[in-house]
Amino acid sequence: MAAAAELTLAEIRKGLSWRKKLDTAFMVAGLLVLIACLGLLAALFLDLVHRGADRFGWDFLANFPSRKAERAGILSAWVGTSLIMLVTALVALPVGVAAAIYLEEYSAKNWFTNIVEINVTNLAGVPSIVYGLLALGLFVYAFGLGQSILTAGLTLALLILPIVIVATRESLRAVPKAIREAAYGLGATRWEVTKDHVLPYSTGGILTGLILGLSRAIGETAPLITIGALSFIAFLPPSPVTGEFPFLNFEWLKSEFTAMPIQMFNWVSRPDQAFQANSAAAGAILLGMTLLMNALAIWIRYRFRKKINW
Amino acid sequence: MSESTTAPARFGASNLRYRKNRDRVVELVLLLAGLVAVFTTVAIVGVLVYESSFFFSHVSIREFLTDTVWTPLFDDAHYGILPLVSGTLTVTFVALIVAIPLGTMIAIYLSEFASHRLRETVKPILELLGAVPTVVYGYFALLMVTPILQKLIPGLPGFNMLSAGLVIGLMIIPYIASVGEDAMRAVPRYMREGSYAMGATKLQTALRVVVPGAFSGLAAAYILGISRAIGETMVVAIAAGMQPTFTFNPTEPAATITAYIVQVSLGDLPHGSIGYQSIFAAGLVLMLMTLVFNVIGFFLTRKFREAY
Repeated sequence: MAAAAELTLAEIRKGLSWRKKLDTAFMVAGLLVLIACLGLLAALFLDLVHRGADRFGWDFLANFPSRKAERAGILSAWVGTSLIMLVTALVALPVGVAAAIYLEEYSAKNWFTNIVEINVTNLAGVPSIVYGLLALGLFVYAFGLGQSILTAGLTLALLILPIVIVATRESLRAVPKAIREAAYGLGATRWEVTKDHVLPYSTGGILTGLILGLSRAIGETAPLITIGALSFIAFLPPSPVTGEFPFLNFEWLKSEFTAMPIQMFNWVSRPDQAFQANSAAAGAILLGMTLLMNALAIWIRYRFRKKINW
Repeated sequence: MSESTTAPARFGASNLRYRKNRDRVVELVLLLAGLVAVFTTVAIVGVLVYESSFFFSHVSIREFLTDTVWTPLFDDAHYGILPLVSGTLTVTFVALIVAIPLGTMIAIYLSEFASHRLRETVKPILELLGAVPTVVYGYFALLMVTPILQKLIPGLPGFNMLSAGLVIGLMIIPYIASVGEDAMRAVPRYMREGSYAMGATKLQTALRVVVPGAFSGLAAAYILGISRAIGETMVVAIAAGMQPTFTFNPTEPAATITAYIVQVSLGDLPHGSIGYQSIFAAGLVLMLMTLVFNVIGFFLTRKFREAY
């Protein structure tokens, strides 16, 4: 402690005040960086809305794409996106929830479960365009599904599967052990415990995970381009609901499609300023859809949490 | 009293057998769902390797790795992947130069300095930003950031890797900040208190105790950021140009691996042509690059993992 003893009180005070100044400096710098980043992003988003502002309106939603920028709309794009999301949700929800239930409630800790878990983690890090290549080789050509809404929905379902699985596992884990043991104590089998007791409590978490997954899928462009989405579609897929028996029609699954992000991409790469305004408007609407879905997820999480008290 | 007469049957041996059998069937179905994840991985690797094998029966691996020209769709076809790799690495590098320092700084600020209220407000916003479609960021890069950069750097082409890289960097800042903040929050409180008791300031504690303690988590955040930057497609396809050029100069236009795949997919290439197969070879390289960084990350996080 010889070195320390040689410091005079004045020197220690000087060092301390220097260190405190550094502290304040970092705090200010950190806050500034945070504000700068969020502010820059906010400015970009507002500018996007501003540039697209002239195009918002009923015509934009109800018109097909057109060679004339002022007549072009996003009808086929938002219908395509909605139908793709429907397929994605219908595939990702059951498969993702079932896989999560298996991992969380059924499987023993062994090498097989480990492999599945490592797979789920790794899949979350695979670039989305690689899913597009997978779908191109497998769904489009090997399975012969073509460049259809079904292919697109399946591709995006695989893409968001890790998100759904992870969210479901977390909400299953949050259900207390005592609830399961009480049901087992009354003679319920494992599936009865899961179906009647664990799943009802975790519905909120599962739905939140699904919606967050869909909000990621709705903006995915690269995989859809890879499987061959077209950007100029001036027709709607056949309607899923018909007037005649059996009232449901699955022809739309085989239809060619375009989607919101594809439409935006197509317009952004044209040099014409009028099309760029269309692109901004489509982007703002796409952004709005994403934000709405996230808000919905937060609301659902909040509602379900309020109902549960153990 | 019909309830009591049916009760023995409901709880009888045959009913129990039925329920147990149903359980076995359900377990099998759930197992199959779990296998979808394994199947996806196998299918990705399988499809990439299978389609690439046709490509490599046509092009030698030596030419693929050493030629510096990539023109598979031209009459004078060259199949050197290096221009696409250089484009990908340059964009990733620019993105990380922006994202790692700023993301880490925001993470430290939020975890160690910000008030509880500010943190609880900013965290959901950061997570929300992760859901913004990348095609929107592509619009930012091409039509908002590039015009500004052109004023600062005269002669900057309309398509350039600098703008794409900067926007990707901006895009992954929230990601690194959020994951990094989680890692720092996981460092136990007593370690900070030990440091304060020794007379350290907040900044000293943050830099010498919290950051080293959270290093494995931070490294994981960086690796995820790198993976996202390498695999990012729409921003580069829109803003960095589609021309494969062997250059590491960010102010030039150049195609990345992902941009090339998009470019080919936009055209109408016949199934089984060399151009069609080339996107799978490019995809394989992309996967391998992501894999290399993930393996590095795995060993880094293992080496620096702190146990409390």
